[in-house]
Amino acid sequence: MFFLDSIWLIPMFPLLGAAVMLLFGRRLEPQHDQGPPADDHGGHGGGHGRPAGRTLVNILCPGMVLLSFLFALGAIFQLQSVEGHSYEVVKWTWLAGLDSATGMGLNAFTADWGFLLDALSAVMILVVTGIGFLIHVYSVGYMAHDGGYYRFFGFLNLFLFFMLVLVLANNYVLLFVGWEGVGFCSWGLIGFYFRKQSAQRAATKAFLVNRIGDAAFVLGMLLTFTTLGTLTFTEIGPALEAGGFQIENPWGPLSLLTLFFFIGACGKSAQIPLHVWLPDAMEGPTPVSALIHAATMVTAGVYLVARSSEIYVLAPNTMLIVAVIGALTAIFAATIGLVQYDIKKVLAYSTVSQLGYMFLACGVGAFWVGIFHLYTHAFFKALLFLGSGSVIHAVGGEQDMRKMGALKDKIPLTYKTMLIGAVAIAGVPGLAGFFSKDEILWKTFSAHQYELYALGLITAMMTAFYMFRLIFMTFHGDNRVDPRTHVHESPRSMTVPLAILAAGSILAGYVGTPIVFGPVHDMLPSLEHWLSSAVVVADAGEHHAAILEWGLMLLSVSLALLAIWFAMKTFKTDRYAGEPMHGILGKRCHQLFLRKYSVDEIYDRFVVKIGAQETGSQLGQIDRKVIDGAVNGVGKLTRRTSSLTIFGDKWIVDGLVNTIGYGVKFFSYPIRMFQTGMVQNYVLLFVIGLGVVAGYFLFE
Amino acid sequence: MPRDYIPILIFVVVAAAFPIVTLLVAKLIRPSAPGKTKLEAYECGIAPETDTRGRYSIRFYLVAILFVIFDVETIFLLPWAIQFDALGLFGLIEMLVFLAILIVGYVWLFRQRALKWA
Amino acid sequence: MDAILFSAADFHVLKPVILLCLFGCGILITDAFLIRNRADRWKNAIPALAAQVAVAASLVQHLGDVRSGGAFSGLNGSMQVDGFAVFFNWLFVLAASLAIVISARYMGAEGEHRGEFYALLLFAQAGMSVMAAGYDLVVLFIGLETMALSFYVLVGFLRDTRRSNEAALKYLILGAFSSGLLAYGFSILYGISGSTNLGEIAKAVAARSEGDLALFLALITCSVGLLFKIAAAPFHMWAPDVYEGAPTPVTAYVSVASKAASFALMLRIFLTAFESAAEAWMPLLGAIALVTMTIGNFAAVTQTNVKRMLAYSSIAHAGYILLGLVAGNETGLRGVAVYLLAYVFMNYGAFALVAALRREGEAAEDIDDFNGLYHRAPGYTILLAIFMLSLTGIPPLAGFYGKYFIFLAILREGYYLVAVFAAIYVAVSAFYYFRLIRACWLLEEGEQQKPAQLDMNFGTRAALVACALLTLLIGIYPQPFIDLAGESVLAALR
Repeated sequence: MFFLDSIWLIPMFPLLGAAVMLLFGRRLEPQHDQGPPADDHGGHGGGHGRPAGRTLVNILCPGMVLLSFLFALGAIFQLQSVEGHSYEVVKWTWLAGLDSATGMGLNAFTADWGFLLDALSAVMILVVTGIGFLIHVYSVGYMAHDGGYYRFFGFLNLFLFFMLVLVLANNYVLLFVGWEGVGFCSWGLIGFYFRKQSAQRAATKAFLVNRIGDAAFVLGMLLTFTTLGTLTFTEIGPALEAGGFQIENPWGPLSLLTLFFFIGACGKSAQIPLHVWLPDAMEGPTPVSALIHAATMVTAGVYLVARSSEIYVLAPNTMLIVAVIGALTAIFAATIGLVQYDIKKVLAYSTVSQLGYMFLACGVGAFWVGIFHLYTHAFFKALLFLGSGSVIHAVGGEQDMRKMGALKDKIPLTYKTMLIGAVAIAGVPGLAGFFSKDEILWKTFSAHQYELYALGLITAMMTAFYMFRLIFMTFHGDNRVDPRTHVHESPRSMTVPLAILAAGSILAGYVGTPIVFGPVHDMLPSLEHWLSSAVVVADAGEHHAAILEWGLMLLSVSLALLAIWFAMKTFKTDRYAGEPMHGILGKRCHQLFLRKYSVDEIYDRFVVKIGAQETGSQLGQIDRKVIDGAVNGVGKLTRRTSSLTIFGDKWIVDGLVNTIGYGVKFFSYPIRMFQTGMVQNYVLLFVIGLGVVAGYFLFE
Repeated sequence: MPRDYIPILIFVVVAAAFPIVTLLVAKLIRPSAPGKTKLEAYECGIAPETDTRGRYSIRFYLVAILFVIFDVETIFLLPWAIQFDALGLFGLIEMLVFLAILIVGYVWLFRQRALKWA
Repeated sequence: MDAILFSAADFHVLKPVILLCLFGCGILITDAFLIRNRADRWKNAIPALAAQVAVAASLVQHLGDVRSGGAFSGLNGSMQVDGFAVFFNWLFVLAASLAIVISARYMGAEGEHRGEFYALLLFAQAGMSVMAAGYDLVVLFIGLETMALSFYVLVGFLRDTRRSNEAALKYLILGAFSSGLLAYGFSILYGISGSTNLGEIAKAVAARSEGDLALFLALITCSVGLLFKIAAAPFHMWAPDVYEGAPTPVTAYVSVASKAASFALMLRIFLTAFESAAEAWMPLLGAIALVTMTIGNFAAVTQTNVKRMLAYSSIAHAGYILLGLVAGNETGLRGVAVYLLAYVFMNYGAFALVAALRREGEAAEDIDDFNGLYHRAPGYTILLAIFMLSLTGIPPLAGFYGKYFIFLAILREGYYLVAVFAAIYVAVSAFYYFRLIRACWLLEEGEQQKPAQLDMNFGTRAALVACALLTLLIGIYPQPFIDLAGESVLAALR
């Protein structure tokens, strides 16, 4: 069992690549990191030529990922002959020997450097290494003209290392290591164009929002340990059994800990209300958006929920929350996607929306469907992002779809592959997206969540609409490209991965054909069957008539086709060249969107009034500097919130993130006030402290 | 229990009261006739030319501190000398160690030219 | 009168202290007679490091003896060598060695490179060693003052820098004030028990009733005196000024070693002498820990000077460590030890980089000076990132474990609210630690002036790499360190 015993090597290859790049990479690139010009959008910087060291980078970094992929394939091949499809490799004990009283009695806490390959992590490592490899190859072409080449690949490899640790970990603590690590790499890559202010801000924002989720994750871990006495995945099931845990209603420790985990997942997977960072994360280079912010890292939350499925099924209340948040995020992000002009922003909101679908599936108990959608989504969303990168590359860094159009003959390969991706995500039968999305809708329906089903259905329609809006605006209609731009197809290293992903987007769905397909279903491999060893697969429940499932399928397909037709009708011609969405959404709705639901104004008023005026008058006696500082802080906050431009950016949470930042600073002013530098004041405070301590003992 | 500390309290009160009472009594008893010339600094009948606060060379302080250090050394030597018989050889060695440490300090000072006046 | 006043066993107990004093005096003499050139002053580091090796050797002996025969005491029970003392002495050896190694270049560059610097480092360490092993109030106090007096001088060692002088004076005045309080507390303890031996005192304290006035006075004065030494709020005011003004290697030494020694003293006194009154002081220390974390974390956010930022962060860390004592259980004490151990490496690493950063020969200590450092020195910036991430408490780095155990410990005692606050403050701390990382990676160096560069000699480089490797090693393979820390602290206090 060579490959199974060396699953720990799978993350190590990219780590090696990352270490070489980050520590010695700079020497490989004599014309060092001047950074791209401020207006750069991938690939059209100075054109430095190709230093010899780059060849090494090009071989080493994708090569390491390829090695991981091959090892992953080998290990999964061998896994099939293992009983229970689960294989654990423990390298050494990481934390141990600490007895703690838990809900399960006195438990020795252990967390190992242990790696677990089971059906679930098998799917994940295939997605991560496979798509990761393709994106590495793509990046060779895409990043060819950028400075900081080694830094990019170093971080990308480091990201894969952490991502693989995340999915291969055999316990929550090690998973958390990967969890934090991918967050860190994401931060570094969003801010890759560090000379751009907006990129810096986006990186910081992503990091801060994620910290909220991470704090919840930590609390969830602690609660898990105190409740179940273990954090190792394979021991969770037995512990639940031994503890005699029943389905919890209304609330109990299991509901609480699953909720904490879900909040963590919300941060990582950009669900309401922590979704604000993902659209901004598009400031990173496009391959990063494809790999981290579409295919892999953002799906970690779904993975976490699926990984904890045994606990989740005992907490129906949390499940409901998961399903509702998922459905709401899906439709909410989809509506925003309708009005975006930035090609990457459309895809970003689409990602948020699709992630919502995955959580919806998990929330209604169909964990395997969530993973199924994760897996198909990885193909077509990576394809779409890479395709958009190719478009951006072709039109000289332009991202605004209003300045594209009629590109289909100039970059035919990109057009064809992106079309396949769009058809796949829209849910047209026969392609990957159809199978997974329809399965989600069906499971939601059969779980009697009819409201959520309706939301999902509308979202599906919107998805089809905005995707084809993107296709038609970009590739059809009049040519609105700046005439000075030389439009050209991308190099081979970029188009080949596109083609492979397009093939994947067509074929990936056939491992999860619906049962009503009868003989076809029986003939093809079943992901449900494969995953049943790792996640909870609910009983079919009451059997619905096959005709009902066929009917619903027909409904969703016809709605999707209708939306596509509508998009075609609207955008194929340039009838609505100026504000097409204005006509469709109606004046009031569009206006509401433009005003950002007025949340911002309310918030500004709230902060300015309470923050600056009230506090100011209360602190009137205190040192002028303190107040000035506070007012400046609040002023800055106000200015900053009002300067954010993109739609949806000004939701409460977004402001909240800033408030945390400035709130922290705000609180530190009174503390600084005491730090006068005068010894006599220090002694005075010392004596006051002494008095307080004495008072405590006296009046205790 | 707190009653046991009453003598200490009395002591504190007396200690605090003593200077206050003395100053008050003095103020009450003494005649008071302030005048401009009376408040001037007195310097043997000659009109004062500078501020009364002068600046000394820092070396005075240094020497004063060194003096204190070696003075304290003597204070340690005295009880040892009195108890010389009782402490015996151990006491002798201990005192030699003590002196050795001091001599290291002295040598170091010497090499640092801390004792040179110029 | 033939009583043996100083036996071979006593010598064995005192050996680390004696060695340190001998080497310290030796450095004074060799520096005065053998070293003629200014440029040769770094050679004083050699005997100082030799002293560390010698002390380490005697600590190995001590550890062996403790492991085979349990704790042993000397000097009529006023010093006690146990796992606790040995563990803390190891910390001091590590801290002092690192301080010596990173000092040579820094003090040379500042033009204040003199032999007594190293001697004072050793004398301070001797004091700390006594604090860790002392089992008698008088001995403990002498240790504390030996350490403190050495530090007053070390902090003001940059004679031509006003900030350094100011820091030394403030430290002296406030330190004397707190020492006075502590001495007062000690005298009351003596009054209560009629003995200065901690064991005797513990018995006397246990015999007292709960609302006893004398005990109450002793508790107040001792806790305030000790809280000052660990820079807990509201007795922390000296720390930012002193840390900023002191020469950077001394800042590192003060923030790590002096803090560890004060915690050793605090643990000894609170867990032996005051153990029976735990009900009374635990909530108080809990509240103080919270206030300390609040002030440290929030004040650190707005700092622009890295040393000051690290000073506030060090105050915050003291709050976390204090929580371990508040929890008072096995896990908590283990957490304290692990925390202190990890803190040595991550904090020294950070300060070593700050000490090395110079712009045209001037020490560069502002966060802005780190702008774009990654593009000038990528390798060392990655080390800096490791230290910062570890200070934040991100796994799998050393800093994670201390926090982790302390969280477990307080949760186990049921202080959920405290845990929530502590967790929130971890997020706050990420804010300011990441500012530094962000400056290195994402910001550009100013254009008006030459960018600050790292100025390091071989010793500093070696120290940095060693710190980073140990930070990683403790993070990735922590079990031996946790065992060592746990065994030492617990063996002594149970």
